[in-house]
Amino acid sequence: MSDRTNSSTHGLGYYKSLTRNMVVIMLVVSMMPLVLISGILPYYFHVSYQEKAVDHLKVLVKKHQQNIDRFLTLKLADLRVVSRLFPFEQLLEEPFLKECLSILQQEYKHSFVDIGVVDEKGVQVSYAGPFKLREVDYSRADWFKKALENESYISDVFPGIRGIPHFIVTSLVNYRGAKWVVRATVDFEAFNSLVESIRIGKTGFAFIVNKGGEFQTKTRHEALASQGAYRSLIFGEAITDEEITFLELSSEGGKETIYVVAPLKNGEWYLVYQQDASDAYAVVERARWLSLLIFIIGILAVGFVSMLMARRMVRKIKESDQQKEMMNEQVIEAGKLASLGELAAGIAHEINNPVAIMVEEAGWMEDLLKEEQQAHFENADEFARSLNQIKVQGHRCKQITHKLLSFARKTDPTVKNVNLNELIEDVVALSEQRARYTAVKINLHLGGDIPTVTVSPSEIQQVMLNLINNALDAMEKTGGTIDITSRVDGSFVVVDVADNGPGIAKANLTRIFDPFYTTKPVGKGTGLGLSICYGIVKKMGGDITVNSAKGVGATFHVHIPWPNEKKGSE
Amino acid sequence: MKIKLLIVDDEEGYVNILSKRLTKRDFNVTTALSGTEAIKALRHQDFDAAVLDLKMEDMDGIEVLKIFKKMAPDLSVIMLTGHGSEQAARDGLVHGAFDYLTKPCELEELIEKIYEACKGGKASD
Repeated sequence: MSDRTNSSTHGLGYYKSLTRNMVVIMLVVSMMPLVLISGILPYYFHVSYQEKAVDHLKVLVKKHQQNIDRFLTLKLADLRVVSRLFPFEQLLEEPFLKECLSILQQEYKHSFVDIGVVDEKGVQVSYAGPFKLREVDYSRADWFKKALENESYISDVFPGIRGIPHFIVTSLVNYRGAKWVVRATVDFEAFNSLVESIRIGKTGFAFIVNKGGEFQTKTRHEALASQGAYRSLIFGEAITDEEITFLELSSEGGKETIYVVAPLKNGEWYLVYQQDASDAYAVVERARWLSLLIFIIGILAVGFVSMLMARRMVRKIKESDQQKEMMNEQVIEAGKLASLGELAAGIAHEINNPVAIMVEEAGWMEDLLKEEQQAHFENADEFARSLNQIKVQGHRCKQITHKLLSFARKTDPTVKNVNLNELIEDVVALSEQRARYTAVKINLHLGGDIPTVTVSPSEIQQVMLNLINNALDAMEKTGGTIDITSRVDGSFVVVDVADNGPGIAKANLTRIFDPFYTTKPVGKGTGLGLSICYGIVKKMGGDITVNSAKGVGATFHVHIPWPNEKKGSE
Repeated sequence: MKIKLLIVDDEEGYVNILSKRLTKRDFNVTTALSGTEAIKALRHQDFDAAVLDLKMEDMDGIEVLKIFKKMAPDLSVIMLTGHGSEQAARDGLVHGAFDYLTKPCELEELIEKIYEACKGGKASD
């Protein structure tokens, strides 16, 4: 508040806080919608896209689940056809079995690796395939027990005797009162490729596990790495055998991973699709980054622009404040001048009466002295001289007060026929005191053939006084000379006011007639003098120009028009 | 025959000395120190000319002039004024004053104006 109540210009802090407030308001107002848009839109996009992506994955997994299930049922059906179509004795003959295997392999492309018949005791009695597995005893094998219990059976993947991961399909046959198991090894590579072909994005892949969490397909190292996590998490959860389950889990590293789980083989196996969340939702992620980028760019742009705008506006405010300040000063100054003028006028008027009495009294004494002349006393001449002095000085007083009064009055715009030379002499007489004080000599070069001009004398007086005062101001410290010349130039009477002061810098020359432009120290000049002169001279149809060079001095030319037709009559 | 002159001014010192000097120069001088006094004097006596100050305390000089002109239309009035009220003096001319002089004025100038006023009755210009 202190700098507000102060009559001088607002402090720097005031403009700084003004700028700050403007920037803050503009930032808040323009950032609000930006924040809302770049917050809400990506959120909705994220949610809807995620739903879509999950649905897509579910459909995909379901399709593969059906594929794999069909593959398994088909293999089983093939084996059952083989085991039932032919008389069982033929299956015990290895050449026939080999024939069967080769036909199956031809028709179904590597679907079966080998085929064999196992008796009730678990001994493989007949075998066709690349391994030497005839007479092998399977009685202790896990699958054999299951095979005896079920009409048909598909085993889990196991290394078995051959030491290669594989799984088998079996079909139970009753022949001569005994149970026989027809078994075939499914081509693991063909089966595996069914699952391995499921690849989406960079990190999406699928695998099959059994209920115990053991892999039923070749697995990638990522799956192995997170085996513990999914085993405990997936199989800890209640996964229904019918539905496709979607899970999103975060691993120890904070990495989000999504799982889509579908049951296979009536819930004995699970088809698991695994993908990094960041990969699955890459588009969302990209959209998020993009909106963040747009947001940041927007903020920067808004910030920059509001800063720029605020600065510019505050600068304008500052300028207008300064101008107002200056105007206030001028109003005060003008008020002071006006009251000073009134005071001077009052005093001048009051002084006239006593001075008039003094002059008359001196005259009376002169009158009386004339009567005494006959007597002719000693200092009579001295008396006469002294009385005359009183009268002369009284008239001088009168002149001074009259001048004071004429300048205290408001300028009168009424035009008259004016003798410019006389007017210049009057003004110079008024400035003489100050000129002497500043050691400036005023030289008059008044032309003899100057015609009378029709102007307002008080306005022209003001112009002349202003120019002389400016010249005196310029030479206040150095002293110098002012040459005032009056001459006729065509249809103009030209008055030149030339000083030999410091001159005017070239840069300022074009602006010196502008209102409020001043080179004088603050508080010294109003910057109005020359602009008023300019206005007055222009109004009367004349012109005012200036020639100046730094260090040489300045010359003002005042062109005052005069009616040309008069020239002939004079 | 002596010229009968009425001097009106509220400045007593000025009226007195002017009266003395003019009496010495063979004028029949009557003085008045205010507008009312001047009007009273005019009611009792005829004058050839009047010297009237424009700025008086009780009445404005122009008002006095108007009354003078009503009471004695032929009376020539010379106004005295300070420089500041020259405009008022010009107004006076409009209202029938003969001429005006600014204070302080030369006695010779005033006497000349009085003679002119008595001779012509009205200013030549």
